[in-house]
Amino acid sequence: MTKLRSFEKPTGFQDLPPQLTRKRRKIEEQIRQTFERWGYEEVVTPTLEFYDTVGKASAIPEQKMFKCMDHQGNTLVLRPDQTAPIARMMASVLKNEPLPQRLSYHGSVFRAQENEAGRNAEFYQSGVELIGQSSTEADAEVIALAVEALKSSRIESFQLAIGHVALLDGLIRERVEKEEDILRLKECLGQRNMVGFRHELRQLPISEKAKQELETIFCLRHEQAPLVQISQMTSSSQVLTAMDQIIETWNHLQAYGITSHLVLDFSLIGSIDYYTGVYFEGYSSNLGFSLLSGGRYDHLLASFGRPLPATGFALYMHRVMEASDLQVDQPQSVVLCYTPEKHEQAIKKAMMLRKQGQAVVLHRLDDSEDMGELTACFDQVIWCTDEEE
Amino acid sequence: MLTFAMPKGRIFKEALLLLEKAGFEIPDEFVKSSRKLTIALPEAGLSFFLAKPTDVPTYVEYGVADLGIVGKDVLLEEERDVYELLDLKISPCRLSVAGKPDWKPPLYPRVATKYPQIAERYFKEKGQQVEVIFLNGSVELAPIVGLADRIVDIISTGQTLKENGLVELEEITTITSRLIANRASYRMKSKRIMSLYERLSEVIQEGAPT
Repeated sequence: MTKLRSFEKPTGFQDLPPQLTRKRRKIEEQIRQTFERWGYEEVVTPTLEFYDTVGKASAIPEQKMFKCMDHQGNTLVLRPDQTAPIARMMASVLKNEPLPQRLSYHGSVFRAQENEAGRNAEFYQSGVELIGQSSTEADAEVIALAVEALKSSRIESFQLAIGHVALLDGLIRERVEKEEDILRLKECLGQRNMVGFRHELRQLPISEKAKQELETIFCLRHEQAPLVQISQMTSSSQVLTAMDQIIETWNHLQAYGITSHLVLDFSLIGSIDYYTGVYFEGYSSNLGFSLLSGGRYDHLLASFGRPLPATGFALYMHRVMEASDLQVDQPQSVVLCYTPEKHEQAIKKAMMLRKQGQAVVLHRLDDSEDMGELTACFDQVIWCTDEEE
Repeated sequence: MLTFAMPKGRIFKEALLLLEKAGFEIPDEFVKSSRKLTIALPEAGLSFFLAKPTDVPTYVEYGVADLGIVGKDVLLEEERDVYELLDLKISPCRLSVAGKPDWKPPLYPRVATKYPQIAERYFKEKGQQVEVIFLNGSVELAPIVGLADRIVDIISTGQTLKENGLVELEEITTITSRLIANRASYRMKSKRIMSLYERLSEVIQEGAPT
């Protein structure tokens, strides 16, 4: 370990210089407005939470959490996501509010990363939760809102891939008996390891037909969703219910007029054992990483003693910023140069202009100064000197 | 345009051969001269660049390459977030633990390897406490000079081990090369990737030993 140099910061944490901060604010403002227009009210959750409550309920694995201790010896975690703290709020401060609740947030979450390169430890997320509604209308609403949010952040070419975790689970469970085999297959899909999935499948003591069916649905990309194929190969009520939900959700999304941005992919799984229904991820053509993810998580709120269905999504703002075409110009600013004896007048003038919405910087004139360098930084120069009068 | 990250060295020639079998015309200059690091095939809508094998998953994860060809050993070690689409069945080898023929568990077991993550995981799962020592190459040297009592490395013919008086003690897993894809490319360029996937999988089916 070398001695820390004064400019260093912990791995995975980022400084945002003015230009980037402006861009983030601007995009966040667009997204905030979009959320507001859809009736989602913003909440703020604490940066630190108890490990035993929020930490345990979170979809984020324990080894990825930053931990510390309070003075009573309780383990605390830096908020690993926003959904678990909001679930806790639903069971406490929002206990008596009418359902459904439409909530939104803008804030940082923290994840300790094993591999450094390009993986942030703190990242800013904007997202929504729609709590207390199990209908397919709710599933469609959050997907449509995710599309709107991407549009409002000026991301030109993007796609959301939608899966259904209960459909995936049901199709596998109908064919594979042992719990450990099911888990292994799901882990392969979770890691996007199609080679591993086919390999595990081949090892299983199940019929060739069953293997073929699972491979067809999960490993091949389809021009169109393989709904007809699935309906012909299943008698599981779980799968049939999930299919109805997918079809209904899709119909609602057609009503929103956004299906050109959507594809169905039933191999998507998200965090294993967290999502319970529809799950989705968003990508744009100019960035290699996903921009958002979300879905239905009907079991989470029960761990806070208030079982309620819920769905939502989170946008990864650092990636949205990178993918966004939004141009953010430096705000117009004026420099007001004054000689010392005119200081009071200069202040008055500046205050007046600021009231009118101008950005004004006060600058005392100095004889030795290179005025060219100074004025180049500003859009306009106003003089407040003796010579002027 | 689809961009391919290709691994320099061992896998490269076999990977090119596979692409040729799948109907892509690869210019000779790319095959012969390892100095040329990039090449474009505009008619096929493909471009290639050559990278160090361990870096291939990184290029693909970041999306500067849509696709990559890389050994499973690198994927296991790097754990990058990419789609593993196809087993290309080329460059087969094993990832194994090796040591001197008369190896017995010493008091302070040390394992030298280019694959520290894989080695850590493997011995942890076996319930063995070992000290893993990372080396950049010539791993076989470690037991000879006494740096470590065992090594974890890839073995294809076993010739190098033999020449250094070592034997394979345990096989960790078998390794072949894989076609990997960036997560966003897999969505946004799905048609082109799937057509390439199909062309490659046909060639692999034909050439399969079974």
